[in-house]
Amino acid sequence: MAHTLSVTVENKPGVLTRVTTLFRRRGYNIESLAVGTTEDPGISRMTIVVDGDDRVIEQVTKQLYKLVEVIKIVDLTEEKAVERELVLIKVKADANVRADIVQIVDIFRARIVDIGRNSLIIEATGDSGKIDAIEDSLKPFGIIELVRTGKVAMVRGGAK
Amino acid sequence: MKLRGAEILLQCLQREGVDTIFGYPGGAVLPIYDALYNSDIRHILVRHEQGAVHAADAYARVTGKVGVCLSTSGPGATNLVTGIATANMDSIPIVCLTGQVATSLIGRDAFQEADITGITLPITKHNYLVERTEDIEQVVREAFYIARTNRPGPVVIDLPKDIMERAIDWTPTDGEVNIRGYRVMKGFNHGQVITAVDLIQKARKPVIYAGGGIIASNASEELRKLAESQKIPVTTTLMGLGSFPADHTLSLGMLGMHGTRYANYAIGECDLLIAVGVRFDDRVTGKIETFAPHAKVIHIDIDAAEIGKNVAVHVPIVGDVGEVLAAINGRLSPVEESQRQDWLATINLWKQQYPLCYGSSAEGRIMPQYVIEKIYELTKGEAIITTEVGQNQMWAAQYYKFKHPRTFITSGGLGTMGFGLPAAVGAKIARPDMTVIDVAGDGSIQMNIQELGTAVQYNLPIIICILNNQYLGMVRQWQSLFYGGRYSHTDISVQPDFVKLAEAYGAVGMRVTEVQDVEKALQAALQVTDRPVIIDFWVEREANVYPMVPPGASLNNMLGGDC
Repeated sequence: MAHTLSVTVENKPGVLTRVTTLFRRRGYNIESLAVGTTEDPGISRMTIVVDGDDRVIEQVTKQLYKLVEVIKIVDLTEEKAVERELVLIKVKADANVRADIVQIVDIFRARIVDIGRNSLIIEATGDSGKIDAIEDSLKPFGIIELVRTGKVAMVRGGAK
Repeated sequence: MKLRGAEILLQCLQREGVDTIFGYPGGAVLPIYDALYNSDIRHILVRHEQGAVHAADAYARVTGKVGVCLSTSGPGATNLVTGIATANMDSIPIVCLTGQVATSLIGRDAFQEADITGITLPITKHNYLVERTEDIEQVVREAFYIARTNRPGPVVIDLPKDIMERAIDWTPTDGEVNIRGYRVMKGFNHGQVITAVDLIQKARKPVIYAGGGIIASNASEELRKLAESQKIPVTTTLMGLGSFPADHTLSLGMLGMHGTRYANYAIGECDLLIAVGVRFDDRVTGKIETFAPHAKVIHIDIDAAEIGKNVAVHVPIVGDVGEVLAAINGRLSPVEESQRQDWLATINLWKQQYPLCYGSSAEGRIMPQYVIEKIYELTKGEAIITTEVGQNQMWAAQYYKFKHPRTFITSGGLGTMGFGLPAAVGAKIARPDMTVIDVAGDGSIQMNIQELGTAVQYNLPIIICILNNQYLGMVRQWQSLFYGGRYSHTDISVQPDFVKLAEAYGAVGMRVTEVQDVEKALQAALQVTDRPVIIDFWVEREANVYPMVPPGASLNNMLGGDC
């Protein structure tokens, strides 16, 4: 089962390498990874989606904690959390199908952010399920290019 | 006062209690060597950087202090890699100082540039690239703190040349180490200790399985207390040898692939396994599914990541093993011998039926095990023994009955050939008062033979006992047992004359080919006080290390060793 780990780390050079090297060395697989700064400029947050049973996730967590620059790890799978991903999809769109595509974009509350002669770039945000669904819906029109940010997530309510 | 980075570095090292470093000069560390020129720190000049890191590692193993080595950038730094990995696998606290090209040249493929922080990332506990002269004090303080606390390990500090040259106004401060993501383990779960105590009280056939963690935590006394008060037999890992006296009636010796039959049988039968400072290595457990099949497992370790890594445990206790054992001991009252009679009787029967033993040589050659027995007899178990890796290492582990912690110095986890000689140098520098003997093979000794030069330079009377079978013996043993006797590239009978080699370096060389001369030669070597001695023992070529659990087999499925 995929787990979403929210990992706060020191914002220092090489931290990302340390984390990814650990995953590679121990044979764990990263499904997605998003890294960015937080409200504290000294701290970055990595949102890592990793697949594995509870034993694997426990090992991943313990091994991550051994990295000197890892401060805190929260398994968001066990928490009530808001999870979001952003996708940009460049889809083939000549005149006859544009209306259909616009309809799909509306349904998913996505946005068209660029219009080319025969293509559109669509931006959508949502949980991974929604992103998968919009991708599937647009596939029949012909997807030229697609990029996903990887998941970011935050615990609901007042907790940090 | 204005001080150069290199001078600040040395002062910071001294403030960490460093009095000895093992190193080798080069272009990028010229400023550091210039500062060493009139420093109180003792610098031991090795002959190869690998020698420096192994010597620093052994220095740490013998003293319990942090060992320090120094190399130049590029090839100097990469020559440390094997030694860093060795220390990492065995959780040994060392700080490796590496030179680096000037910061303006980093990333430009400069002469003798290597990304040593990148290279050592997966084999260090932590590493640093110092980017400002102002940061030296903080980095050195953190590095030593990280190396020696919690589960110890190697830390690399990469030092660019310009950072070492630059002079700044500096006075030492007494800052505390405060790293957000690194906290020293304090205390442990008392509830779990109570559960463990309860299991120990109920157990009928308990066994203690003790490892290197006992030594790292200086917990031998608490281990002994637990064993003696509860009459629990103790088996140790390779790394744990010396943590419990091998001549004690409750000692089972080593367990695992080349452990004693009685230790492995005890693991198979026990109903409670008290695992202390161990990591359930594959060389210990054999087939993991059948390891201690009837036992509840208590696992005490300072590293939470070791709990449940290889086996499921019933009572995990994360904490300093010495503190946890003391807490357990505090809650237990001594048991009577009679309460443990059946279990100890079973074990004593196994000990009588399956003692460690070896056959004789058909050609009347010296048996390698006999050499170890003689070394043990003559040194009364009071020497520091370093080893190379392979058969020599296993025979030393089996036949030298280690009484004290920090006296068996071996590369356990990584299994680094060439470790023993530089380790003997580091051990002798650390403990000039003790006899230091390197038990070597003819293959391994050639991997760092240049360190004989270091031993001669510093008049170190270490004794190198080469168990010379003209084979890469352990690999040959596996080829014999599992590859149909096809000795592919393990015959190394083309080799130097080790006596002449010793003499060429200014050491003493002896050759022993007859059984009756073994003791005489060792006695003569023990009389030498001012230089190293090589004794080239020509031993039975095809002697095997027995007993042996074949790879992937269960512990009770042992080959050989029944005499």
